[in-house]
Amino acid sequence: MSEKSKSIDSKKQFSQDERLKKVSRLKILLNRPELGALGGSILVFIFFGIVAGDTGMFSAYGTLNFLDVSANLGIIAIAAAMLMIGGEFDLSIGSMIGFAGICIAIPAIYWGWPLWMSIVFAFAMAVLVGYFNGILVVRTGLPSFIVTLAMLFILRGATLAITRLITGRTQVPGLRVLIDNDPIAWMFATDTFKWLFTWLGSMKLIELRTDGTPLATGIPPSVIWFVLLTIIATWILMKTRYGNWIFASGGDKVGATNVGVPVGKVKISLFIGTACAATLFACIQVLDAGSADTMRGTLKELEAIAAAVVGGCLLTGGYGSAIGAAFGALIFGTVSMGIFYTDVDTDWFKVFLGAMMLIAVVFNNYIRKKVTESK
Amino acid sequence: MSENLIEFNGISKFFGKVIALKDVTMKVKKGEIMCLLGDNGAGKSTLIKTLSGVHKPDEGEIIIEGKKKIFDSPKDALDMGIATVYQDLALVSLMSVTRNFFMGREPQKGIPFFKTFDIEKANNIAAERMGQIGIDIRDPSQAVGTMSGGERQCLAISRAIYFGAKVLILDEPTSALGVHQASVVLKYIVKAASQGLAVILITHNVHHAFPVGNSFTVLNRGKSLGTYAKKDLTREKLLSMMAGGEELDKLEVELKEMDRISKN
Repeated sequence: MSEKSKSIDSKKQFSQDERLKKVSRLKILLNRPELGALGGSILVFIFFGIVAGDTGMFSAYGTLNFLDVSANLGIIAIAAAMLMIGGEFDLSIGSMIGFAGICIAIPAIYWGWPLWMSIVFAFAMAVLVGYFNGILVVRTGLPSFIVTLAMLFILRGATLAITRLITGRTQVPGLRVLIDNDPIAWMFATDTFKWLFTWLGSMKLIELRTDGTPLATGIPPSVIWFVLLTIIATWILMKTRYGNWIFASGGDKVGATNVGVPVGKVKISLFIGTACAATLFACIQVLDAGSADTMRGTLKELEAIAAAVVGGCLLTGGYGSAIGAAFGALIFGTVSMGIFYTDVDTDWFKVFLGAMMLIAVVFNNYIRKKVTESK
Repeated sequence: MSENLIEFNGISKFFGKVIALKDVTMKVKKGEIMCLLGDNGAGKSTLIKTLSGVHKPDEGEIIIEGKKKIFDSPKDALDMGIATVYQDLALVSLMSVTRNFFMGREPQKGIPFFKTFDIEKANNIAAERMGQIGIDIRDPSQAVGTMSGGERQCLAISRAIYFGAKVLILDEPTSALGVHQASVVLKYIVKAASQGLAVILITHNVHHAFPVGNSFTVLNRGKSLGTYAKKDLTREKLLSMMAGGEELDKLEVELKEMDRISKN
């Protein structure tokens, strides 16, 4: 089929002025990095639609549930994807989530800081950690894999040690009461579009509790952030000069430097981006749970990278998309929640995750060959 | 004002005890192609790096449009209109033609802090510029990886010209190309020179250099064997000069001798 369409294509090329030949929309779409993840998402939804269509998975409550999980992963996956396009890895994302969590909780609970100040403090620490990761990679020329692996251990260890030193425990509860009346905490802790859900409930369009209030009360903040970040990241990558520099830095460091792209600065800023995304993730989860846990975010860096890879990012850099990573996160979030609605044992989720990643890498590799081979 | 666009007078470069270049003098006029020929290890790379501002010459001076100039960095050289297209071309094969063309110098539009890369304008310029060379880019958003080696070389040259090069230094532009591709690139180089650029073409391929060059400088072991106008040269003379003619003559005699012995 593809062979046939190819030959038709080439015939068409010769029959008219080659310079005027328009590439079809379909072909442009086929060359996009997010295609695989988009297709994967559709397949996943079809699968659960058949297997778990009548179980409540796709009710308002169930949908928000898997969207929330996807969105949380998506927030870090998008930042990881941008960094990967820029040619580097960050394995310290998961540890940064734990570290950011206690950076919020300890000042707020033990030092009496207002919550907003603790949140600002956590983001400031994220900028520092990201900068440190970045400058180390750029200055030493060491693989970011090694540098951020070291940071993975350092941050997790420091998080544990500091928390135990100050609190004597590994968890810091008691944050929930601080959220009300805080000037910025609502950004990470409030469900939105509540009126919509109340209205839908009153129209009996979504399921209700026994007291008549809707089961799903609003869109969780993670989903709003996730959508916002996807839009912003896509805009940056596709529409700005900085976006072009990210592709260039990841595609060919030496070439990009030779034509005046500030490769070092670009990479450092991307490392700051992943650390800040991890902190955003921590803010949302810590305020939602009302407590910080030193082990929060463990292994999240690998899930983020897996989502980015499924989303079409090449491990060698220079190619990928934020929308792809968003779909990658959606696949993982949907499957990890959807599996509860099926008869399948949840232990199989990790098997699925690994298999998806393998398929994605093979597929991406094929795409890269297609994109870079001479005609 | 001198009629030479760029002059290099008595350039020397030492690395410790090694004399990489000694007293090299070259002049290139506007609209002229000067071919710099030399065998491997003749000092071509060092000379290019000195011309493009990577190395600072230890002796000698660089004169552009009659004024003495000193380059502290490749950017200095670039700012004075001396653009170098290296063998690696500084192209990213996964990125589109347009994105490569404007890499590092993207045109922007919009209000501060929300400036966007003006892709439409960039696409038009890239397509127009490539069209002028007769390279059909079916779609400026296609990846550079899909282009042929010659097309990539032309893209890199065209980019340098678009961004204001007056002197174009080309490092082995045809070395990795087949016969047809090489001729396309050479044609483009001639065209670029005819538009008023001074071109320094570095190559070790006499057959590529001879048809297009106006003058020829031969480097041998860090020294210039002189600059010759085309009318004073033949291809054979150039070839023998470049290969160290004496050595080849000697080799020929030796081979004849061996041949004679083996026949006996």
